[in-house]
Amino acid sequence: MTTVERAGTASAAVGTPVLEVHDLSVSFTTEGGTVSAVDRVSLDLASGEIVGMVGESGCGKSVTAMSIAGLLPDSARVSGSVRLEGTELVGARESVLRRVRGKEIAYIFQEPMTSLNPVLTVGRQIGEVLQVHERMSKRAARARAVELLSLVGIPSAGKRVDNYPHQLSGGMRQRVMIAMAVACGPKVLVADEPTTALDVTVQAGILQVLRDLRDRLGTTILIITHDLGVIADIADRVVVMYAGRVVERAPVTDLFAHPYHRYTAGLLAASPTPGKHAGTERLQEIPGLVPVLSTQPDACTFADRCPAADEQCLDSAPALQLVRTGSAVPVTGHLAACWHPCPSPRTQPQETTA
Amino acid sequence: MTVLTVPMAEAGPAGTSRRTRVLRRLRRNPLAVVSFVVLALAAVVALLSPWIAPHEVQQTDFAHTFSPPGTPGHLLGTDDLGRDVLSRIMLGARASLQVALLAVATSLIIGVPLGLAAGYFRAWDAVISRFTDLLLAFPFLIMAVGLAAIRGASLTNAAVAIGIAQIPGVIRVVRSDTLRLKSLDFVAAAVVDGASDPWVLARHILPNATSVILVQATVAIPTAILAEAVLSFLGLGIQPPSPSLGTMLATAQQFAARAPWAAVLPGVVIMGLALAFNVFGDALRDALDPKGDR
Amino acid sequence: MARYLITRAWHSALTLLLSTIVVFLGVRALPGDPALALAGEDRSPEALEAIRHHYGLDQPLPIQFAQYVERLVQGDFGVSIRTGIPVSSMLTTAVPVTVELSLLAILLAAALGVGAGVLAAVRRGRPAEWLANGLALVGLSVPHFWLGLLAILYLSVAAGLFPASGFVPLLEDPVGNLHHIILPTVILGAGLAAIIMRQTRSAMLEALSSDHVRTAKAKGLRPRAVITRHALRNSLIVVVTIVGLQLGGLISGAVVTEQIFGLPGFGKMTIDAVFQRDYPVIQAVVLLTATAYIVINFLVDLLYSVIDPRIRVTGDPT
Repeated sequence: MTTVERAGTASAAVGTPVLEVHDLSVSFTTEGGTVSAVDRVSLDLASGEIVGMVGESGCGKSVTAMSIAGLLPDSARVSGSVRLEGTELVGARESVLRRVRGKEIAYIFQEPMTSLNPVLTVGRQIGEVLQVHERMSKRAARARAVELLSLVGIPSAGKRVDNYPHQLSGGMRQRVMIAMAVACGPKVLVADEPTTALDVTVQAGILQVLRDLRDRLGTTILIITHDLGVIADIADRVVVMYAGRVVERAPVTDLFAHPYHRYTAGLLAASPTPGKHAGTERLQEIPGLVPVLSTQPDACTFADRCPAADEQCLDSAPALQLVRTGSAVPVTGHLAACWHPCPSPRTQPQETTA
Repeated sequence: MTVLTVPMAEAGPAGTSRRTRVLRRLRRNPLAVVSFVVLALAAVVALLSPWIAPHEVQQTDFAHTFSPPGTPGHLLGTDDLGRDVLSRIMLGARASLQVALLAVATSLIIGVPLGLAAGYFRAWDAVISRFTDLLLAFPFLIMAVGLAAIRGASLTNAAVAIGIAQIPGVIRVVRSDTLRLKSLDFVAAAVVDGASDPWVLARHILPNATSVILVQATVAIPTAILAEAVLSFLGLGIQPPSPSLGTMLATAQQFAARAPWAAVLPGVVIMGLALAFNVFGDALRDALDPKGDR
Repeated sequence: MARYLITRAWHSALTLLLSTIVVFLGVRALPGDPALALAGEDRSPEALEAIRHHYGLDQPLPIQFAQYVERLVQGDFGVSIRTGIPVSSMLTTAVPVTVELSLLAILLAAALGVGAGVLAAVRRGRPAEWLANGLALVGLSVPHFWLGLLAILYLSVAAGLFPASGFVPLLEDPVGNLHHIILPTVILGAGLAAIIMRQTRSAMLEALSSDHVRTAKAKGLRPRAVITRHALRNSLIVVVTIVGLQLGGLISGAVVTEQIFGLPGFGKMTIDAVFQRDYPVIQAVVLLTATAYIVINFLVDLLYSVIDPRIRVTGDPT
């Protein structure tokens, strides 16, 4: 069968590593028991690259993203390491984290209407970040806010700066969020489902703004989404998550060309592709539901939904490793955590009945 | 597989109805249980007070006025006319509850239909809202003053004044819930099926609005109890010599130095009743909260 | 915003008119001959006739109402049956007392209530929250006149810290005035404080878990900025609404408080009038209360539009 080789920790980096996440685990204590949301996730962001994190709802991608800057509620237990250019963030003092938030690591969220304060003008909200981190005066902050609004493509920025969020359209609000996020020139921008709440036509514009920011300012972007189309559009590398673990990691073209993990294959097969299913083939679902785990077992958590699962999958958890299929040369930087990765460039998993 | 899954908040054994779930949450809340027990006891005592009170409430005893609590035969002492304080408190509590329940019932009987109409029919909304504004302009005390001036002061008039003053609250709450329910799909489905307006209101909207109505009632009762106390204290409610916690406090005010217990005890009872209702009301509101077990 | 205010103003005016009608009809709803009710000591047929003529009691109702309104506009509220003094001059002495009491009580309640509510919300789950919650529940449940009685009993009579009753006008003697009014203010404000505290706490809890507060934290703002600029400001909208609705309760509370502490205000005037069947006074009092309430509510609506830019700019609170 396929042989698997251990990979080094360094993946193919575009630039110097800006954010290094190593063995990050997050669990929550709730009234119903403990919930393990993230299990030993490792990933690196290199300067200027756009990494996409993809997975279904509940796979832990948002939790991972929020834990980077310590934005989780008190009920969260975080272990592992998150280093921003060498500085350890896990367990750091709140005052240290506050200096990082907004200035080195910035966020944009899914729902721009509720994520902006309705009683403050957008100019004021953008200016806040500048006043806190760059110690700008109110007047200077407002002027810079106007510049930022133009930067993200909002017309009549001079007038818009005094608008309230409810006076702007959804797409414009999201651009405001982006302007607010990049105001202090952060090294990392974490975008949690930035386009999910927007119309398809508006989505493209937002993604373009993000791409521009990377090209012009060199911002590293971690984009979280469940939409494979967004990944294909904008990401350089992709990280696939399932039930709190990273199951596959690859450059974007490789992932789409030949996914190795059965879950990734299932995801791709379940996405409608124009022309492919024209009236003949059914979309293939992955049977079953994403589990909510109390503790992470030493087994593959996808096994109960996987068409290729066997005893080995239930016995021990597969490590995230370079995949070697037959005599093919392993693609640098393409890792999967699977005992039985898909054998070839084909993306069709075995058909299963629910 | 050895994975453990955490049950979702709302899942219960198959067939768990909403009512069972709410009751279960209430049972688990110690404050709810305690306050409910207190209220149940108070209700029983109040209901049976004419028969279980140790003394006749009008029984004066001029030889033993102002006896302190603990005097044999008078657990809580006697008042300025030698009447047994405990018995008067028991029947006074009964009267308070009577007035409160009457007032709240009045406000619900008038307020719920108006609220439903205001929420469901745009045309009625304008009229009913103006009516509500009008009612709101007269605080309950002023209304009681007016009623007392026209028809004299009595238990019924007090209850009516308080009830009318609570109508705006009921209308507002019912109207807002009706508006919310009206926009939900199941109502649209009923209408499409050909249901008439009264049918939709009675069978679809009203049953779903019961939780807010219930919460409103549990908030309104302690307010009514306190309002009745104020009215009888001022002489605008239950008239002496009928026992009432408020009038007891009014007489106690005069003789406070000689018999401080007479000034303290009725107030404690009023506060106890109101507190028990408020605590239970809070617990009920939490239990009815659809956001799941916390 | 203009449209919003005009609609509100129109509603307020309408309610005011309806209230006036209700009050006007109230006296006429008295059992028996209204002229008798309005007569004082002198019940001779000539006196009654004079009264009938003055109040137009033999005229059709709409004309009576028009006369009534005409007199109101000129500040003529009639004459007290008991004292023979014009009601308007009674009001001039009594109203300032009640206004001072109410204003101080509102200020106290707002400061205490908002402060405690924010504290309870921010210190969620810790002892401070339970304490604040418990106090608020008690504050809601306690009969305030009883609290006043106890206060007089123990703080005034027993300890001699405060005067048990009476009043000194502010302009005559500020210190004395304060001394007399502190206890009634605290008693009156306590209930309102409890309500404000609970509303603030619940609004703050919701605001603190909202998306835009998450954004504020993600921007690296300090906790104080997050709480005040991003959570509290948004909660105030709810709090102002609730307080506006509680003002009716405040007026009722003021009546009782004045009665207990012997403050010569509007409230005491009212109670005395009821027991003396002084109908012109009762009528004036009821109308004035309704008017005050309507005006205050309109001002609250105005305040609304200042706080919430969604209303200010588009006139739509959603």
